[in-house]
Amino acid sequence: MTTADQQLTGSRSGYRVVGSSPAHHDFVDKVKGSLHYAADWQLPGMLYSRVVRSPLPSARITGLDAAAARALPGVAAVLTAADVPHNQTVERASGGLAELEVAMPVLAQDRVRYFGEAVAVVAAATQQLADQAAELVSVDYEELPGVFDVESARADGAPRVHEVGNTLVNWQIRCGDAAAAMAAADVVVEGEYRTQHVEHAYLEPEAGVGWLENGVLTLRVSTQVIEHAATIAQILRLPQSKVRVIAAYMGGGFGGKEDMTVEPFLALLVWRTRRPVRMIWDRQESLAASTKRHPFIMRYRTGASLDGTITAQQVEILGDAGAYPNLSPRVLFAGAACACGPYQAPNASITSAAVFTNNTPASAFRGFGAMQVVYGYEGQMDRLAERLGLSRIQVRERNFLAKGDLLPTGERLDTCVEIGQTMHRALGMLGEPPRPTGPGKLVGRGLGCNRHPYGRTIWFRDRASAWLSLQADGTLLIRSGVTDLGAGQAASLCQIAAEVLGARLDDISVYIGDSALNPPAGGTFATRQLYMSGNAVLHAARELRDRMAPVAADLLGVASGELEFADGLVRPASAGAPGVSTAVSLTLAELAAACDQRSISTAHLSTWRAAAGAFDPRAGQGDTFPDYTYGTHAADVEVDTETGQVTVLRYAACHDVGRAINPMRVQGQIQGGAMQGLGYALTEDMALTDGHPQAALFADYLIPNAQDYPDVLVDVVESGEGKGPLGARGIGEPPIGNVAATIASAIADAIGARPDRLPMTPERVLWLIDARRTPGQQSAQEGGLR
Amino acid sequence: MNKIQLVLTVNGRDHEVWVQPSQTLLDVLHDELGLADVRYGCGEGLCGTCTVLLDGEPVNGCLTLAVQAVGRPVTTMRGLPGPDDALHPLQECFLRRGASQCGFCTPGMVLTALDLVQRHREQGRGRPSREEIRYALVGNLCRCTGYTKILDAIEEYADQAARQ
Repeated sequence: MTTADQQLTGSRSGYRVVGSSPAHHDFVDKVKGSLHYAADWQLPGMLYSRVVRSPLPSARITGLDAAAARALPGVAAVLTAADVPHNQTVERASGGLAELEVAMPVLAQDRVRYFGEAVAVVAAATQQLADQAAELVSVDYEELPGVFDVESARADGAPRVHEVGNTLVNWQIRCGDAAAAMAAADVVVEGEYRTQHVEHAYLEPEAGVGWLENGVLTLRVSTQVIEHAATIAQILRLPQSKVRVIAAYMGGGFGGKEDMTVEPFLALLVWRTRRPVRMIWDRQESLAASTKRHPFIMRYRTGASLDGTITAQQVEILGDAGAYPNLSPRVLFAGAACACGPYQAPNASITSAAVFTNNTPASAFRGFGAMQVVYGYEGQMDRLAERLGLSRIQVRERNFLAKGDLLPTGERLDTCVEIGQTMHRALGMLGEPPRPTGPGKLVGRGLGCNRHPYGRTIWFRDRASAWLSLQADGTLLIRSGVTDLGAGQAASLCQIAAEVLGARLDDISVYIGDSALNPPAGGTFATRQLYMSGNAVLHAARELRDRMAPVAADLLGVASGELEFADGLVRPASAGAPGVSTAVSLTLAELAAACDQRSISTAHLSTWRAAAGAFDPRAGQGDTFPDYTYGTHAADVEVDTETGQVTVLRYAACHDVGRAINPMRVQGQIQGGAMQGLGYALTEDMALTDGHPQAALFADYLIPNAQDYPDVLVDVVESGEGKGPLGARGIGEPPIGNVAATIASAIADAIGARPDRLPMTPERVLWLIDARRTPGQQSAQEGGLR
Repeated sequence: MNKIQLVLTVNGRDHEVWVQPSQTLLDVLHDELGLADVRYGCGEGLCGTCTVLLDGEPVNGCLTLAVQAVGRPVTTMRGLPGPDDALHPLQECFLRRGASQCGFCTPGMVLTALDLVQRHREQGRGRPSREEIRYALVGNLCRCTGYTKILDAIEEYADQAARQ
């Protein structure tokens, strides 16, 4: 039907289960509609709740009267800051490295710092009563001067969002002598690139249900991180053993459910009322109060020799953190660490600051700082090509990193870099350049390459555990604290275990996302779960197999090393060969029984640890990320020179995924990431005016619909050299990164001027066209890649 | 507010429910009847996660009052499979094509597509084209898949349906 169907057939790698695309039980439930999301649980006596939020971005709270709300029949609790045992969440996103320590209150006490900040929380017998009570909570505010953009916030005398200062963190990465190399460069190109606030817009709003069970505060919520149980315990001053967080399968997250959302409010209300409580943010609340993608201002200076070789990079990044730290320190770190892209930068000076404003807090969003900078570094590559009269392909090929090369941080790349192959494959999928559809239309072709990390920042010494149990009947249980965003996080673990232990997929059940019953997996973010929990399950399965293999070997009369675990059986590896009898084999049930008779456990818990390292923030050198995923996108666009409207005609994406554990889900990640990126590139803008969000309704915030863009054509490279299980690389975040740069490159090819500000709206494109409207620049109509 | 008693016919069965006149069909189906496949996504009729068939036509449950559904059959996606809980052929296509990621939009997508394919058959217009499918789905947002696999699934089903 489409070329997206390509490559879904079996693996070329010699694996039985890995490399195929079976549908897992959670997808069966999803297409039946029988999956229960966070909002779908009801418990006897359950209360409904609502958060009271600030209507001002910067104000002192001078009074709060909850008497009328409390007096409303059916209201069970109205809680304010005074009711929170420990009214602080301090995330210290960078573990205290180089950042200010600023606490975020659960409920604002005397000061609000952004529009939508939580001030009180209400529980009542019905949702309608809870909404009514929330409106009856009367809060007096004295408006204070605010600061709403990063440059004003950095100026002398700017209003302070927090007493300690407005610059949360200022990272630097340095290598060589960038100033001297820049001065000596044959050419220097400069660019300033600006990106916008963006909303995750998962279709399932923030939601959850909480209750008490055996004295344990239990929350079943839509979250990427069950490890927040520890923070919730701290807020309530409870022992960590008395808080349990269960993650429902999420209706999308994209980083927006990485910080806590409903959890602390539910926890407070359940603890106070001793009754089950449900909380669902309505869409307007989700738009106004949930975290956003950081807008970046990026100033690039790139020095190069006449043949296009980059000799120096100077990069300055400012990120709008909004009113509280959340994960901003790490987002800006990722931006700095990836600021030079998949290119050599022998002399580099990179700074990256997270700045407080009275805007909505920004935090994790698919791409996490490493995606914003693609718009900057790819803009520089196109500019360099234009300045030197080289093709955009040539200038990239001249500078691509390769295995063994050094990054600006001083780290040596120790896996292969197939970026060139992804570039040629992505461009190849586009085919012949299109022709303009009419007068006043220009077509252009663009490309965008990226280097995107997978796995947590190295100094966190990441680890993940998995617990496998072969049951007496030969079926297999996997227990893992992984949370599932819908990308098949749980399903992939089943494929890996099936590959090693030979259990049939239908015979495997996976229990995930429970902080009490599962071994910790560390949250689903940073494109880390296939890498971390995939490796944990791979190693747990291998260790369990190695423990059971001598028993099977003994019974079958062959050496342990000659056994094969496949198709629910253990047999000599030669048994599968043509003409060899398969009579000599054990079922996994027989093996489990034999192990039991010999007191050999068929359950196994294993912890996998990522490499450790350290970063020196003063020297701007050290360890950053475990490894990277490389990819290229390419697009054909048509620009209407009368209206500035950009129509995407064709879109292609290629990434080196190392090894595709499930090729169909790999394609799905790339297609979905590219589509989110198209919204980011062309329409999505969660604009704020003096701290007030301009999009109050979903109707105002335009995410792509089925008609807006063409199918995303996908190809993958399987280099087999990733650090994930069986050589896989992560693919969750990487494919959103290339898109804005790719579209900008194509627009520049069409109209001869590059948009440097997102989103690239018709107004902005038209402004560029008008500014450059001169006769004789029709070569762009050829559509070929210059 | 006073509640009133209604009889709603949902997935082929009658249900007596006490509702407030202002309650939406979405709230009654999800919270009163426990139909978790009808979901709150935006409350504005824009995202399509609360899509149900009312008199056989897709509507947004969040923009329909429960009282408006009296005497008119309501079908949710859970009403599609046969008595043996087998998947509907369109659901099979969604599964085979990987058209669900988080799955939150899936019921709305399936019901809207089913209606489109059926209307084309009834009107003798054959199978809807990929572009016609795109047009029909503009009120059903998906943030995960990029739509390609959803379109693939619906096209495959439309091909099957056209052959029957």
